[in-house]
Amino acid sequence: MDIPIERLLRELTPQVLGAIVRRFGDFAAAEDAVQESLLAAAMEWPREGLPDNPRSWLTQVASRRMVDQIRSESARRRRENETALEAARTSQSRAADLREDDALVLLFMCCHPALTLSSAIALTLRAVGGLSTAEIAHAFLVPEATMAQRISRAKQSIKSSGIRFQLPTPEERAQRLRAVLHVLYLIFNEGYTTSTGPNLVRTELSHEAIRLTRMVHKLQPDDTEVAGLLSLMLLTDARRLARTNAEGELIPLAHQDRALWNQEQIAEGVALLSATLPKGSVGPYQLQAAIAAIHDEATQAHDTDWPQILALYDLLRRMSGNPMVALNHAVASAMVHGPAKGLELLDVLQADTRLADHHRLDAVRAHLLELTGDRAEAARCYRAAAGKTGSLPERNYLLTQAARLSANEAS
Amino acid sequence: MKYMLLMTGTKADFQAYAQWPKQDLQANIAFMRAFSKELKDAGVFVATEGLAFPDQAKMVRAGQDAEPITDGVFPESKEFLAGYWIIDVEGPEEAYKIAARLSAAPGSGTMRGSMPIEVRQVMSGAPEESRR
Repeated sequence: MDIPIERLLRELTPQVLGAIVRRFGDFAAAEDAVQESLLAAAMEWPREGLPDNPRSWLTQVASRRMVDQIRSESARRRRENETALEAARTSQSRAADLREDDALVLLFMCCHPALTLSSAIALTLRAVGGLSTAEIAHAFLVPEATMAQRISRAKQSIKSSGIRFQLPTPEERAQRLRAVLHVLYLIFNEGYTTSTGPNLVRTELSHEAIRLTRMVHKLQPDDTEVAGLLSLMLLTDARRLARTNAEGELIPLAHQDRALWNQEQIAEGVALLSATLPKGSVGPYQLQAAIAAIHDEATQAHDTDWPQILALYDLLRRMSGNPMVALNHAVASAMVHGPAKGLELLDVLQADTRLADHHRLDAVRAHLLELTGDRAEAARCYRAAAGKTGSLPERNYLLTQAARLSANEAS
Repeated sequence: MKYMLLMTGTKADFQAYAQWPKQDLQANIAFMRAFSKELKDAGVFVATEGLAFPDQAKMVRAGQDAEPITDGVFPESKEFLAGYWIIDVEGPEEAYKIAARLSAAPGSGTMRGSMPIEVRQVMSGAPEESRR
């Protein structure tokens, strides 16, 4: 499909869906109707040209589907659903009503904590992102029927939990917004971390996450964590081209070709973060973005301002109970105070059951042991990490490190 | 996260299976069909295949000029793959639950009870960036 048309359709999706849900009430059916209108537009617009008002075109097509569906259901039940039909009739005449925060209301629905994370992710991409089920299935490497089922179950959960099309109460709002940001973060990671080589479909997930987070930021410009997450995504995604080579092999940060980093994106992320941090209420996403910014601003790996990164991980560690943060804190400590200090911290982390079986603990230990000069033990830890990782490129990387150390050992 | 559930058996197990009475056989076949449908309905199904009996299984090695050398003689204890399911779930605990459900498939004779199901993670692409 035409890229500009596709982009336009994705932008209009939440606006159109918001209007249809407000008019007809039934979220699950409205979402299907909007998907059909997107499909119709994707076929017609490239041929016939853009309509004068694309949004009301889509809204009308989706409304018509809703009316058709209500009619056929009414006929089957042999009774007219007067209110719904009335709503349908007036919908044709009324100008397509646009409410800015519809997209936000939809995100709150799709990322509701009553849904499992995988169904929240799928539903968000379809209902708010405007992606087709086939596109989402392709991105997550599952059959289309499975993804369709996941989306339909997500809609059932919304229905059975009585989740309404409205903004959460002020008391709930902060917590619910965190859930939305978490889902967007997971979509980003899914695209960023698992895209290797020419796998563009998954790359698109990161771009989609950035686009949706940008949209939330536009609607909630004063929320510092929304800005923090957007900044984190931009600053992380900026390194995408450098993090794997042409064969899809991982290149650690210290060895990346920094000329490949996207300077424009780094500048945008840094500017956004600089404008956000002085507003106060610094949260975990802003801190992670600040750490990413320090890495991005170092022109060479050994120019990295590790003391500042360590200070930020100190703050982050106090804020979150995430063991991965504690692990990264140990790495930063090692960079500032030497590998012995890092290893000391790892020994403490070993007691954390959430980390004990995690390959990252072994991988970090291996790296630090190598820095102390204990090559044999480092190789052993690299191999232990290789046995635990679920990622093929990472296993290849870890085994190669172990082999490199063992070869030096022998010579 | 994707997991593969593997069902295996020795040649003797396959031979015993072929001797199951009709009722037991039908119960097992019906279960397998329902199990796959359950996975599909739950939105976790990725793939499944069943393999032909190991009677004609061959071990192949490359000989001179990469010519195949085949061998059909296996130790009796050798476990053969009978079939597999790939599921996409939230984490290992969910995979174990589904595997346990498969393990409880209706059996027959000495093969009644819980069948061992091997659960293995399917490797994914690159993980979160490790900062070194």
